[in-house]
This record gives sequence, structure tokens and C-alpha cells, in this order.
Amino acid sequence: MADYEPEYRGSVTKYVFVESPDMTPGDLAIRAYEIAGGVMIKETCFGIQVTGSESEVEDLVSRIRSFDPTHIFVKDRGFPPGDPRRCRANLGGARPGFFGHEFEMGIIRHISRGLLRLPSRDPGIEPHPPTPDHTGRLDSARLKAIIAAKEP
Amino acid sequence: MAKVFIYPATSLILSDLVARFDHTPLGTALGIRERIQTPGLESPPLQITPDDPKRGLKYAAVEVPSGVRGRMAVYGPLIEDAEAAIVVHDADFAFGCMGCARTNELVKFMIRQRSIPTLDLNYPRTEGEGEEFVAAIHQFLASLGGRL
Repeated sequence: MADYEPEYRGSVTKYVFVESPDMTPGDLAIRAYEIAGGVMIKETCFGIQVTGSESEVEDLVSRIRSFDPTHIFVKDRGFPPGDPRRCRANLGGARPGFFGHEFEMGIIRHISRGLLRLPSRDPGIEPHPPTPDHTGRLDSARLKAIIAAKEP
Repeated sequence: MAKVFIYPATSLILSDLVARFDHTPLGTALGIRERIQTPGLESPPLQITPDDPKRGLKYAAVEVPSGVRGRMAVYGPLIEDAEAAIVVHDADFAFGCMGCARTNELVKFMIRQRSIPTLDLNYPRTEGEGEEFVAAIHQFLASLGGRL
């Protein structure tokens, strides 16, 4: 095993996704560059990645969110941008983690809708979100009954 | 501001909503970042070193595959640190090998065992469900304290 010396030590990287009818990832990147200061920005097909000190990144992210609050989404990333262990330029195929993002970006318009409607929602109304339904599972008593039936 | 464990731990939607409503999301990225930024011996791709399955012994027995123990070395401390949890149950992308599957079961079990406030959900399939999904998370996080 070789010694490991990390790059960008002490930095924080965040993904910024945009799924908006009014803003493309390219628009987002241009506006982010204008206010980036010392934060490193990497453009991607879905938005940008920002890397820098925690306070700088938090500040930038809160300002980026204000561009289109209900259509811009942010999450933490463990790796710095362009890391050869993660970057698909070195690996080929989809980047690890792509499928999760692909799935969630497919339903994120429903979240945008929810965020848009949240301020006008009566706080007294109890939310009824989709919840897991366990009734479809085969319980052990029913399984025993099936075994005992000995049907051909 | 409460620390909220999210499951799936890589979820963009949960991570964003928790941070948006002024709480701290605890997800995989934090555990991986800690490993990626710590000097030591090179162990690509995730810097999960042979020490991690040993640390995972705190959460899973020695006869449990090392893949589960290695994963639990990342998730276990996050769950221990969490003050609340949001669990989405029908996340197809959390599907994986037996290591992933058993770790997912163990993660959900540990959340239950800790008896912290937990919100159980499914992903929204329609706009109406999306509205209820966001409202439920907002209400749950408001009950933990913080900005509304």
C-alpha cells in the first residue's frame, strides 16, 4: 500500500442541481461565477459543483439558492471535483452515484411543486404523504397454512 | 438545529430538504469526505481501509461479511450522532448486492433501536403526493425546532 496524501484537505464540496423552466445549468454556472469569490466551480450537465472552505461554500450556496429557490437543490459530496477515483473520464460508463441522481431528478418536479405550494398551505391541515404499505407481505401464519394445505 | 440521518443516505431530495429547513443532514458524503481527506495509506476507491471492518465490529458480529461491517463503519457513527431520522422505504436505487441489502436492513434496525424521532415515507409519484411529502418533512423538522 502506498502513502495517501489527500488533495483539497479541509475543503467542502457540494453538488448544485437545477431543474427549472427558467434557468439552464449554463445560466446557473455563469451567475455562480459572478459571485464565486475564492470558491472553485466545476460545471456539469445538471448544474455545478462548488468546492472551498465550509463558510465560503455555505455562503455561496445560500446565494445560489436565491436565484430560483424551488428549483435549485443542493447536497454534500464526499469527493472533490475531478477525483480520478470517481470521475468518469478515468472510469468509463456512468459515474458511481449517477443512477441515484437520475432516479431522483425524475421526480424532483413533484418536490418543486411541493415547495412552491408550501407557503400558501394552511398549517392546520395534517399532511398525508405516501407511506410504506406492508399489508401486501405474506405473513408466516398464511405461509404455514399454504404449506399445510399440500396442494399439488 | 438537529442532526437528521437520511435514508437513502445519498438522497439529493432528503439532503436538500433537511438543509433547506435549517437542520443538518447526515448522509454518506460526510463519512466518505472524512476518509477521503484523512492522510494515511492509499485504499481506492473510497479509502475504506482494513481498519474499517474492524470498527464495524461494534455494529455487526464477526461472522457478518466484511462488506457489511465496512459499510457500517461509515453509517454507524452517523446514526449514533443523529437526533432524528427520515427514512424513504421504496428507494429502488438503494438496491445492491447482499452487502448493500444487509447493511440497509441493519441501518433501518439501528434507527428503530435508537428510538429517535423518525419519519417513514415513500417517494412521491404525483404532484399532489409531492406537496404532501414536502409538507410532512417540513412539519416533522419543525417539530424538532429551528427556522420555519
